[in-house]
Amino acid sequence: MNFDLTEDHVMMRKMVRDFAEAEVQPGAEERDEHEEFPAELWKKCGQLGLAGITFPEEYGGVGADYLSYGITIEELSRVDASLGVTVSAHSSLCANPIYLFGTEEQKKKYLIPLATGEKLGALGLTESMAGSDSKGTRTTAVREGDEYVINGSKLFITNGYYADTYVITAQMDKSKGTRGIAAFIIEKGMPGFTFGKKEKKMGIRSSSTYELVFENLRIPAENLLGQEGQGFKIAMVTLDYGRIGIASQALGIAQGAYEQALKYSKERVQFDKTLAEMEVIQFKLADMATEIEAARLLVYQACHMATNKRPVSKYAAMAKVYASEVANRVTTQAVQIFGGYGYTREYPVERMMRDAKITEIYEGTSEIQRIVIAANILKEV
Amino acid sequence: MNIAVCLKQTFDTEAKISLNSSGKIDDANVTRCINPYDEYAVEAGLKLKEKFGGEVTIVSVGGEKTPESMRTALAMGADKGILIKDPVLEQADEWVVAEVLAKAISQIPYDIILSGRIAVDDQSAQVAIRVAEALGLPSVSTVLALEVEENKAVATREIDGGTEVIEVPLPAVFTAQKGLNEPRYPNMMGIMKAKNKELKVLSLNDLGFAEAPARKSGEAVYSLPGARKAGIKIQGEPADSVRELVRLLSEEAKVI
Repeated sequence: MNFDLTEDHVMMRKMVRDFAEAEVQPGAEERDEHEEFPAELWKKCGQLGLAGITFPEEYGGVGADYLSYGITIEELSRVDASLGVTVSAHSSLCANPIYLFGTEEQKKKYLIPLATGEKLGALGLTESMAGSDSKGTRTTAVREGDEYVINGSKLFITNGYYADTYVITAQMDKSKGTRGIAAFIIEKGMPGFTFGKKEKKMGIRSSSTYELVFENLRIPAENLLGQEGQGFKIAMVTLDYGRIGIASQALGIAQGAYEQALKYSKERVQFDKTLAEMEVIQFKLADMATEIEAARLLVYQACHMATNKRPVSKYAAMAKVYASEVANRVTTQAVQIFGGYGYTREYPVERMMRDAKITEIYEGTSEIQRIVIAANILKEV
Repeated sequence: MNIAVCLKQTFDTEAKISLNSSGKIDDANVTRCINPYDEYAVEAGLKLKEKFGGEVTIVSVGGEKTPESMRTALAMGADKGILIKDPVLEQADEWVVAEVLAKAISQIPYDIILSGRIAVDDQSAQVAIRVAEALGLPSVSTVLALEVEENKAVATREIDGGTEVIEVPLPAVFTAQKGLNEPRYPNMMGIMKAKNKELKVLSLNDLGFAEAPARKSGEAVYSLPGARKAGIKIQGEPADSVRELVRLLSEEAKVI
């Protein structure tokens, strides 16, 4: 067992951190305030190879492992969780299902431009009546000759509007429940595919979240991803891997807030002492640091499982539920250490606390993670 | 066009410096990086390679940890590295390092030799210029702009109160000043490829030194700056305190 990062991982962390601190951090507050999508930064992420880290070189990727991916999302989220989820949703939720379930032609046509960062991807799964429960999927797909006709809408879609390529799910046979669902690849600009309302969110405000609307959207039959009826399975496997990205995002948010609090506690003087000299603050910092390290080990372990093609479901769910709850506790304590200043937008911990909340909700709520973990451990005995 | 870049690994500029029991700088737990000025040199080399083709070779004198920084340069896009590592070199001064680098560079094809104008650790700003002398080449230091043609280069260098433009025939040595360029980040693909690039580690013997060049300067002695004294707080009525401030500035600090 080796807890040291390889030379490659150390170099990757340094590269992403240098980029994040020099180019992402300076505008993060502004982008949050104005809900401004980080389009330029996304382009730069592509140039740095951050759009297709885990995919083979032949499909435009870097061919690196999941730990490289986890570290990247962690480091981006340490300064800006919105950019972190933009990259994570793109890679994990759109490029990855195409990589795992796509045909050779689909990979050539869609995965390559996604992995190089030339195009941005998104996943359309959630609906108003289908959140945690995919059985409620009301978007329909009907096969007509060489085409599928899709009608319905998708809600809360990360990277919506800005993404070029979307993987979506639709119900083909209601009587079969989740086994009637199919997945499709669609493109921005296809007639019948438009965008509904933009969500105004509590956190990750510069990440784009839109409703997708399908009105007689006709797509060629070859855009079916996997088999008819396989859509639910595709979505679940996609989310298993996706949770590694969100766990990494949560870890990065926690790390960023902790560092801010640590720095501030050494500077802020009250009662003739720095906060860091007070035991009550020291205990907070000690707990924050300990929980972050524990979360990091879980996240990196989930990355290890994914890299080695071992079952990831349980480990990704554990990493996600733990890291997201740590992110919420740590950011809340960070605001507490900053006191009144922490509640203002003068310091980034206010944004970080708002950003942390979503990590307990999307790509499976904490409650769903516990269901996944329980189902896995009960199956093992 | 073949380019050699002399690169030094230095302490991270935010590293805390401490001395060990034998009075040497303790380098055990220090984060290291490419000397920032050498990073400009690497970037300049990569730009020339993109324009003219050829290879960029990173040449360093260093120790156990130096390959980390050389790999970063390879990840940025340099083609190969030569590290000269020898226990004798732990005592090297600028003259020794320059002799060793010159010998290593003389054994590879080169048209241009680049380096930073100064290393941020010992700040001697000597090595690259000494390399030029050892190889009998012209050198231009503190370069802000570099235009290269077939077999000559026009370099703009910083001087007191302005700039100076110098044309030199190639091969030549140039040292980079901040402002020459904006070094690129190594990208993910570059990082993955770096570990498969050639990084030769040579001893002085391998380079063909019959005996190690001996340092010409005396032993360096290090000491840490003393603790800063606490400031003086002048209290009282404004008129009195200003009078006291003026008195202290003129009599104690002797600045007015």
